[in-house]
Formats: sequence, C-alpha cells, structure tokens
Amino acid sequence: MPAPGAPRLPALDAIDRRLLDGWQRDFPLEPHPFARLASEIGITEAEVLARLHALRDAGMVGRIGAVVRPHTAGCSTLAAVAVAPERLDAVGTEIAALATVNHCYEREHALNLWFVVAAEDEAAMLETMARAAAIAQAPVHDLRLRSEYRIDLGFPLQWN
Amino acid sequence: MDATDRRIVAATQAGLPLVAEPYHAVAEAVGLPVAEVMERMRRMLAAGAIRRIGAVPNHYALGYRANGMAVWDVDDARVDALGARIAQLGLASHCYSRPRHPPDWPYNLFTMVHGRDRAEAERGVEAIAAVLGDAVRARDVLFSTRILKKTGLRLGREG
Repeated sequence: MPAPGAPRLPALDAIDRRLLDGWQRDFPLEPHPFARLASEIGITEAEVLARLHALRDAGMVGRIGAVVRPHTAGCSTLAAVAVAPERLDAVGTEIAALATVNHCYEREHALNLWFVVAAEDEAAMLETMARAAAIAQAPVHDLRLRSEYRIDLGFPLQWN
Repeated sequence: MDATDRRIVAATQAGLPLVAEPYHAVAEAVGLPVAEVMERMRRMLAAGAIRRIGAVPNHYALGYRANGMAVWDVDDARVDALGARIAQLGLASHCYSRPRHPPDWPYNLFTMVHGRDRAEAERGVEAIAAVLGDAVRARDVLFSTRILKKTGLRLGREG
C-alpha cells in the first residue's frame, strides 16, 4: 500500500486496467488483434479501440508496440554527466532534444543528468556523446551495458 | 535483423496504429504483404530481437511517481551471480551490470525500482540489499526528479 498522501491513481475502471496491464507482452500477432482482446474481455472491438485511444490521449499508455532488444539494431549506452545546478534546466533540455537521445532524466546525485543514447552505429553514438559533453561543458560518462540479468517484460501494475 | 526487418521495426516504433487491422497498416507503410510482416515479426520475437509486443504503460501517469535507480558496488567476481539472483526474484524491473568510472562512479550493479512513493520504492531497495548482503561495498539510490524525455528506442537518425 502507498503511504498516506501518495498520489492517487487516476480513475480507471476494471476494463481499462485490464487493457493497460493484461497485454504488456503477448499482444496478439494476428490480423485482428484488438478483436482478440475484445473477445477475451467480453466487449466489442470498437470499444477496445475507443478505450485505447482514450488511454493514449490521456497519457496512460505510451504505445502498443514492439520493444526491441538493445544493440539489435544500432548501438546504445547509458550516459551520465555532472552539470552545474544553475545550468541543469538549459543543458537537460538541450540534450533531451537531440534525436539520438531517447530517455533523459534528472537524478539526485553529483552526476545529475542521465540519458540513453541510441544511434544507428557506434560512431553516431559517440558523436552524440561528444555533442552532449560540449553542451554540458563536462565529461560524459559512458556506462555501456556489460550484462543484463533481467529482460524488459514490463512489470505488473498494482491498483490498490 | 536485415534491412527489411529494420524497416518493419522502425514502422512500429511509435506504436501500432489503433485500428482494427494494425499489421495491415504497417504492411502498407513498408510496402510488403501483411503475411510477410507478421511472419518477420514472429521470427524476430522467436529470436529475441523483439522482446515483446505489448502495451507500454506510462508508469508515471499511472501513479508510479518514485523511480529509483539503486546502484551497488559489488565484487566483479560475484556480480553476475548476484544480478541473476535479483532478476530471478523479480526484485527490479531492470537489472544490469555496467562499468565503474571511479572516482565519480564506483558502482557496477544497477537495479531499477518503482513505487507510488519513495517509501514504497525504498522498501524495494531494502529487499535487494537483503539479498546482496555482505557483498555490498557501497550503495546509493538515485531518484529521478524530472523526466525530460522518454520515448521508445528509435532506429537511426530522425530530424
């Protein structure tokens, strides 16, 4: 249970919750996948699509799509840089805007800006890192994946 | 993954269109028969190049406000066994080993924990700490204070 004062979940009914949680993997790879979801839930295909449109428009679901293994297509890494606090907003915004940066977070640490670089090849990736270093005016650490112990299967949502 | 596979993946990166026949729409976009698109996706799934096809919920919007990157300095000789153990127990949504960059960054094991608040995430961190036990030489948790960008993996350059 969340502590008192924790943010409340948005108002979603049981069908919305099932649509968000039930197909984080094994989304049907067949000609009418939403009809399959509809028959499993017991509603119409049109209602499944309408609800997913609404959930997407409300920002609850980013997308329904393929999650690709890192390094399968191109080259990626996790990068971290220590940015002077007064420049963090500007530097973060500028680095996040780079097309080859696909996640960018501020975190609580001396290394306060973290981002994932994914590019078509290593040269393009290193070029992005160099641009980020120039924007931050600080060295960017390249924390390249060594081993991955848990593959990204999504994680179950808890609604209580 | 060949060039055609890459085109298919690129065409689905922003998500399948929310229409009755989404794979047909992808097939049309890449100029291939739908049967071939689905067969190639099936093969990429079987080979692990595509990890999963599914909904990618926006955890933050759904109330998971605390996203902690718990990091650990453990003996390199033990990191693989410990990482596998954490993964097997399902204690982290992601679990990786990455290189240290001393002195700024002494940690080699990364675990991602999520909670609806920090207390819930911190309980997840303690569960990991209990498994790692005396292997831990140093540790930290870096909560994210702002998300500047979060998009799916993109292939190649855009814009």
